[in-house]
Amino acid sequence: MHEMSLVEGMRQIIERATADPGIAQVTRVRVEIGRFAGVETAALTFAWDVVMRGSKAEGAVLEIIDLPGSALCYDCGKIARIDSRLDPCPHCGSGKVMPEQGDEMRIKDMEVI
Amino acid sequence: MTQARLIEVETAILSKNDSYAEGNRRVLNALEVFTVNLVSSPGSGKTTLLCETIRRLGDVPLAVIEGDQQTANDAERIRATGARAVQINTGKGCHLDAHMVGHALDRLRLRQGSFLFIENVGNLVCPAAFDLGEDCKVAILSVTEGEDKPLKYPDMFTASRLAILNKTDLAPHCDVDLDLYAANLKRVNPDIEIIALSARTGEGMDRWIDWLQARRDAKRAV
Repeated sequence: MHEMSLVEGMRQIIERATADPGIAQVTRVRVEIGRFAGVETAALTFAWDVVMRGSKAEGAVLEIIDLPGSALCYDCGKIARIDSRLDPCPHCGSGKVMPEQGDEMRIKDMEVI
Repeated sequence: MTQARLIEVETAILSKNDSYAEGNRRVLNALEVFTVNLVSSPGSGKTTLLCETIRRLGDVPLAVIEGDQQTANDAERIRATGARAVQINTGKGCHLDAHMVGHALDRLRLRQGSFLFIENVGNLVCPAAFDLGEDCKVAILSVTEGEDKPLKYPDMFTASRLAILNKTDLAPHCDVDLDLYAANLKRVNPDIEIIALSARTGEGMDRWIDWLQARRDAKRAV
């Protein structure tokens, strides 16, 4: 979706976290992206290279950790892992499932020197 | 050589937006303003629906925030009804964010117990992720858009509490299956409420107005 504005948000978070003058450079950043977050990995990586120019994270490796999606089935009451918002419940086959997890977009940690 | 070290960050990428949204929500809750974030594709009939909604709400206090990439056309259409409206132009942006809405709130001087309608940028993708501080999102879908639209853009329909199926007056002319729209909406969001209406002919508008008033009254009763 709006990968450019997401990466602009990431830059602000990273700049705040690396304000310490003892940090010269960020070499790697790990982000957790949920299955249903609507984030296109290729677009995120492209925006990353562009937006981080001139910051301590210029040239840093962006590592994306995929988080699975899960949903609550309204018919059998079980919470199950699903890969798409349109998947039926893997236990009972019902189509009445509500996503519970999978929309995460979070910076986990980063490696600095 | 300098030793590399790891810094734990554990921060949501949209945390800044979310904190602005919480600030907006505090302001709106203190004023008991019922706030609807209207989301849809371009051309679903949001502005026409809003104009008709304003007309039917009559003397009820309300205000509108209009989001578009360019032009103040929509705010002018709203102001022509007599309602207060602020236009936000997002420029290159594809969605409203909570910071922009906070500035618009400063300009609106909302009255206690009023309605606030935020007409988001016509886009079924990006606005789903940006909390503005609203009470709920309402997705507007016109019957000419295709029954599978909820399946193509599930994020937005999952995030919405109500779906308005607009332009029902056109349904006989374009071979649409209204039941299939409803089934596909329920497939991506079993909790979603659905109101079919035509802002142009007024068919179904009463249900929408009743829905709004019941929600606002429930908020004021808390």
